[in-house]
Amino acid sequence: MPKSGVISILQGVEGLPIIVVFALLLALFMYTAPTVFLQPFIYTTFLSTLPPLILLAIGLTFVIGAGEIDLCFPAIIAFSGFVFAVLFKEYNLGWIAVAAGLASGVLVGFVNGVLVAKIGIPSFMATLATQFFWTGMATVLSGGKSYALREAEQSSVWQWIVGRPFAGSQTAWLAQMPMQALWTTIIVLFLWLILTRHRFGEHVLFIGDSNEVSRVVGIDVDREKIKLFTLMGFLAACAAIMLTLENKNFFGNQGQGYLLTAIASVLIGGTSIFGGRATIIGTVFGCFIIGMIEAGLVATGLTGAWVRTVQGLIFLISIIFYLYADEPQRRRTFFARFGRFQGFGRVQSVE
Amino acid sequence: MTASATSPDVPTFQSIVRLERVQKFFGAVQALRDVDLSIARNEIVGLIGDNGAGKSTLIKVMTGVTPPTAGRIYVRDKLIDLSDYSVRMAHDLSIETVYQDKSLAEKQPLWRNFFVGRQIANRFGFIDIKREKEIADQILKDVIGFRGVGITVDSTIGHLSGGERQGIAIGRAMHYNADLIVLDEPTAALGVAEVRKVVDFVRRIKSSGRACIYIEHNLAHVHEVAERLIVLDRGAIVAEILPKDMSVIELTEYLIDLQHKS
Repeated sequence: MPKSGVISILQGVEGLPIIVVFALLLALFMYTAPTVFLQPFIYTTFLSTLPPLILLAIGLTFVIGAGEIDLCFPAIIAFSGFVFAVLFKEYNLGWIAVAAGLASGVLVGFVNGVLVAKIGIPSFMATLATQFFWTGMATVLSGGKSYALREAEQSSVWQWIVGRPFAGSQTAWLAQMPMQALWTTIIVLFLWLILTRHRFGEHVLFIGDSNEVSRVVGIDVDREKIKLFTLMGFLAACAAIMLTLENKNFFGNQGQGYLLTAIASVLIGGTSIFGGRATIIGTVFGCFIIGMIEAGLVATGLTGAWVRTVQGLIFLISIIFYLYADEPQRRRTFFARFGRFQGFGRVQSVE
Repeated sequence: MTASATSPDVPTFQSIVRLERVQKFFGAVQALRDVDLSIARNEIVGLIGDNGAGKSTLIKVMTGVTPPTAGRIYVRDKLIDLSDYSVRMAHDLSIETVYQDKSLAEKQPLWRNFFVGRQIANRFGFIDIKREKEIADQILKDVIGFRGVGITVDSTIGHLSGGERQGIAIGRAMHYNADLIVLDEPTAALGVAEVRKVVDFVRRIKSSGRACIYIEHNLAHVHEVAERLIVLDRGAIVAEILPKDMSVIELTEYLIDLQHKS
């Protein structure tokens, strides 16, 4: 059966449809904006600007895969970013500031997890509320100020987290290779292993499939959900610190732009909005697509205002695509509906 | 944990599970009242009663899914500390449950469904996928008897028929050497041929020396395989019937009368 062999190979490659879309889109932009997309610098720029988005989207892949949602992460970017920036700048605490920033994200995530798992608030509502709370806290504590980290490049924190290790290199693109790309790659690979081969990843997918089934097979659903939101908090804090260091500046609403883009990246990548199915590789390519659209549209000559519109549209199309491609029941009802329309006589009848 | 879980062949106990004066409240609603029940080794007990009689609650209490409000539970004649009784502990005590449609996760492959909750993993929690798949394949072929029907360990549950799902879930329970297998309405929503398969699975449970609690709506199915029928009504056990003393028709009339008595 050579045919089914080919199909099984296609299905065996994680995130294949999205990789194809990515390649097509890349080819399109290479054609419409060759001066940008045939040069290496756009790609090194991606490596320095995309890591925060990728980290957030990877965390959300777990959360959405478990059938939950987290809307709180933009607030964690603000709050943990603030904790880090103030300790780094005002108190000169260096690596302690990094640890405190991460700890604050973990704490916020843990509280989200407790609200969802133990108190039983639907995650949509719980994290919407905590998003307002922590954004408010960050604004109150920072007094609405931004913190410019001017001499940050001198510090070992900056050099290790977002530095340019090959800055002295003769090759221009190599000199711009950023450290955050390395860290992000390591975290992504590790979490890919967790999702596909670790107990926790399996539990996440079973919880996303059905809370009830998960309970009867002996998964401690509440505890795994708390871990899930704590992981999200940790990753959002990592993103916050990278973002603050890369910009050498903290400002209160630095997380706001990520809400749509991170969720869109996850769903474009092929993780199911109903939970139970999640793909890290798909998410990473989803992030590349979201980032590329931004750069590509502007380089093609459209105004920045178009970027969100097109991202929203692609987001919607991909959700509809996955809905009907991967959920056989929905596909059947969809075609049944279509058939009824044809039977109605408005459309030409099918053979 | 009890040591007896490791030696199921030695009959050192009278009953696998015994409940004493078990009560369960959901808020002000009493779902179970003074339930006393004992399940012996290698017997098939049918649990019948109308919707809302408390059958599912009774099972959930017995298998550690929800704790009772009051009462005692003995497993192999040993009193269970209810504060740490859980599904995992019930598994350790060789009690397995097959729920009507809640035993298997739809979008996950078969092999993950076999091992979830007790994965073959190293000490860091990473799963040995290759071994899990090998063992799952063996269960599929030898215990359940699915050969050449196009089902592999990588099939997702969503693609299987209702009877096949029950077979998978029962096969999983037998693989884990359960002494007691609880079946919660395994034939609900199944076609005739599928029901036959499930009844055969239940007979396999008996012939392999295990005990089974069989909850069923369809009296004919349960009458056919059970050795003892327990009737629940509004949370209490109201009768114990031996199938040889009562035909299916008499049983049906008895249950209808029960409803009218209120």
